[in-house]
Amino acid sequence: MSNAATTGGAGGLGRARIADYAPTYGALSALVLLVVINSIFTTNFFDLNNFRNILLQVAPTVLVAVGMTFVIATGGIDLSVGSVMAIASAVAATQLDRGAGVAILLAVAVAALAGAFNGALISGFRIQPIIVTLALLISGRGVAQVISRGGQLIPFSNPSFEYLGKGTPAGVPVQVIVMVAVVAVAVFVMRATTFGRYVVAVGGNEAAARLAGVKVQRTKIAVYALSGLLAGLAGLIETARLGASDAQKVGLNIELDAIAATVVGGTPLTGGRATVPGTLIGALIMQVITTSFVMNGISYSWSLVIKAAIIIVAVYIQRPKVA
Amino acid sequence: MSNEPLLRMEGIRKVFSGVVALNGVDVTVERGEAHALVGENGAGKSTLIKIMTGAYRRDGGRVMLEGREVNFRSPEDAQEAGVVAVYQEVNLLTYRTVAENIFLGREPRRFGLIDWKKMNADAGAVLQRIGLDIDPRAPLGSLNIARRQMVAIARGVSCGAKVVVLDEPTSSLTEHEVTILYDVIRRLKAEGVGVVYISHRFDELYTICDRVTVLRDGKFVATRLLAGLEKIDLVCLMLGKQREELRQQGATAFGEHHAGRKGIAPLLRAENLTRGRKLDHVTVEAGRGEIVGMAGLLGSGRTETARAIFGADALDDGQVYLEGRALDVRAPNDAIDAGLAFLTEDRKAEGIIPELSVRENLTLAALPEMSRLGVVSRAKQDEAVGRFMKRLGIKASSAEQKIRELSGGNQQKVLLARWLCKNPKFLILDEPTRGIDIGAKGEIQSLINELAASGLGVLMISSELEELVEGSSRVVVMRDGRCVAELRGADISQDNIIRAMAEGSAAGEAKTTTGAADAGR
Repeated sequence: MSNAATTGGAGGLGRARIADYAPTYGALSALVLLVVINSIFTTNFFDLNNFRNILLQVAPTVLVAVGMTFVIATGGIDLSVGSVMAIASAVAATQLDRGAGVAILLAVAVAALAGAFNGALISGFRIQPIIVTLALLISGRGVAQVISRGGQLIPFSNPSFEYLGKGTPAGVPVQVIVMVAVVAVAVFVMRATTFGRYVVAVGGNEAAARLAGVKVQRTKIAVYALSGLLAGLAGLIETARLGASDAQKVGLNIELDAIAATVVGGTPLTGGRATVPGTLIGALIMQVITTSFVMNGISYSWSLVIKAAIIIVAVYIQRPKVA
Repeated sequence: MSNEPLLRMEGIRKVFSGVVALNGVDVTVERGEAHALVGENGAGKSTLIKIMTGAYRRDGGRVMLEGREVNFRSPEDAQEAGVVAVYQEVNLLTYRTVAENIFLGREPRRFGLIDWKKMNADAGAVLQRIGLDIDPRAPLGSLNIARRQMVAIARGVSCGAKVVVLDEPTSSLTEHEVTILYDVIRRLKAEGVGVVYISHRFDELYTICDRVTVLRDGKFVATRLLAGLEKIDLVCLMLGKQREELRQQGATAFGEHHAGRKGIAPLLRAENLTRGRKLDHVTVEAGRGEIVGMAGLLGSGRTETARAIFGADALDDGQVYLEGRALDVRAPNDAIDAGLAFLTEDRKAEGIIPELSVRENLTLAALPEMSRLGVVSRAKQDEAVGRFMKRLGIKASSAEQKIRELSGGNQQKVLLARWLCKNPKFLILDEPTRGIDIGAKGEIQSLINELAASGLGVLMISSELEELVEGSSRVVVMRDGRCVAELRGADISQDNIIRAMAEGSAAGEAKTTTGAADAGR
């Protein structure tokens, strides 16, 4: 990093970076604009408590969306995340009597395994990701209900587990800390590790990556396992916040929010390119819209329509420019 | 009118966004004739048949069917007029029956409902007419590829096809199935149907076709009767060489030959590589510091050999040895770990990762060496990228420029550097200078020479005879999935290479290696 050659190339390097992350900057400007407009027109929007709430609510979506970003970067998709959240929730709630730590570990491990199973089917048997993960989307929630004894609500009282969703060390909610940590690690993994580079290489040109020695199967399995693991973590946070496991509701429809956040953030569904910070911003945009509509007393139904419009606009702006 | 040919295409021209794909191409197909269409990469065969069958609109020229000018707007249009294409990937419905597929879209009806009885009977009649014993009620999915292809032909015949275009019909057929196809073609010919036949296999052309039209670089070269046309003359037409010119030496950037040292165990030996009909017991070896050239026409098994050595395709049989050690290569990464490198022919599909930068592309294969505990050392990356960009003269605005924005020659250099920074022992190059500008071409050729001089073994596949003759210390010639000749020293000439490509063995004292490879290493 310190030799002359690097310094010489630094100018070009900077320019390339800006071009590379232009979608992120686009999304970032949109987010800033939304915050500024709301701060002016929405009463009580510019308020520390409100910001804290927004972050609190967006955290599980961000965790899932980060996993989704890795999956989409390989050119795949993971529809099963919501059901994996439910499975993790049910496992944790039924294993709590072994202690919070064991329950958390078990739940996250099961979630990661479920993801790895997706990856194995996709890469080993060459079944389309959308089909494989759709199957787990459907069956996973069933499994979660079986684990939670027929899908009933399982309330619990376990302060150390509930800390995951209710704790506020130094006034900051635990899930916000987890979210920031996961995003930071994910940014590093995507940019600076062989795994991260293999992920975008596989998404960019699978045949070329394979011929360059990339273990394509292993990379895909890892990506889906990571998605499962992060979904599991999100499921635990939701469960802890609620103080009960509801296998029928946890993570319902979250796959759509996660995909939307990823795409709005600037990661194209075709794979080969990925921006984790963009995904964070994408999720925040969606959350700010929801919050501002609620605060302005506009119906939730309308916020859905606006969200959809924003997704379309974002994808349109970021469409590949054909030379 | 009666002496008008069945199909006449005159002065056909096609331009794709400014690039001329076809210009001034003439083909005539007579009634009852099987007409072969041949040409190397980029000759324009597929463009021509797409125009013939209505998939593309022509930009110039005339198409006459039975003496009347036609202007097909779509494949359906062409089919209605009697020109039908049967592609390798058969476009039929797997879950419907043979009869339904044959009559799809024009089912016989009775009282507004499909008349199943008539449809099955008619389908049976059509199948019988071309000599096929297939149950019309069988679901198409229960038939193998060969028979599905026959059903596609039957569909064409039942539409009243006058011209049937077969695009590489035998590529996925077994020997036995090929003979069935021949029978079908003979029946079609007997009925006065014109058959346009595209294949890389000379044996097939000479067996079933009457005339051949040769295309090169989008231009018409010649139409000849196959009977009496020597294979070597056909190859010369395809490659654009005059037989008298063959002995001349071109100008490439290769220096003197690097003969492998004799009497030493070869660096790499690939033995008995076999895969379906694509590779038939291919044995190749190369020593340290040796550039072994590999010649052959399109579809002769050159790329397949390279992929087989590199572990990119599963083999039926065969073994690769490096430095006398048997390699257990199941996937490319195993070959790479052993010290092999493979520069692919198709840069876009199998080389570059378009959205990634020059740096990322260049270091992709070497990431394991450039990282610790999975974390990539940016310093090591930058060092290697800087070194190779300078050494190979890679022109890019910076190492962070996306590789897709580079010229073909610079992309090729990046891909070559991807392997060189791994310090491989053996380099497989598939068409290393195809589609790149003259300057970069010379640079890459002298680099290959330099690498060999430093002790690497090189297997160089090329369609450019000059490159092979001047660059190689030995030339292996492939034909129909077999090594048919091996040329050394003074025997390496364009003349001998072409002769071997065409006839299977070179003139002179060049020894053939088919099956004769000695067992010892």
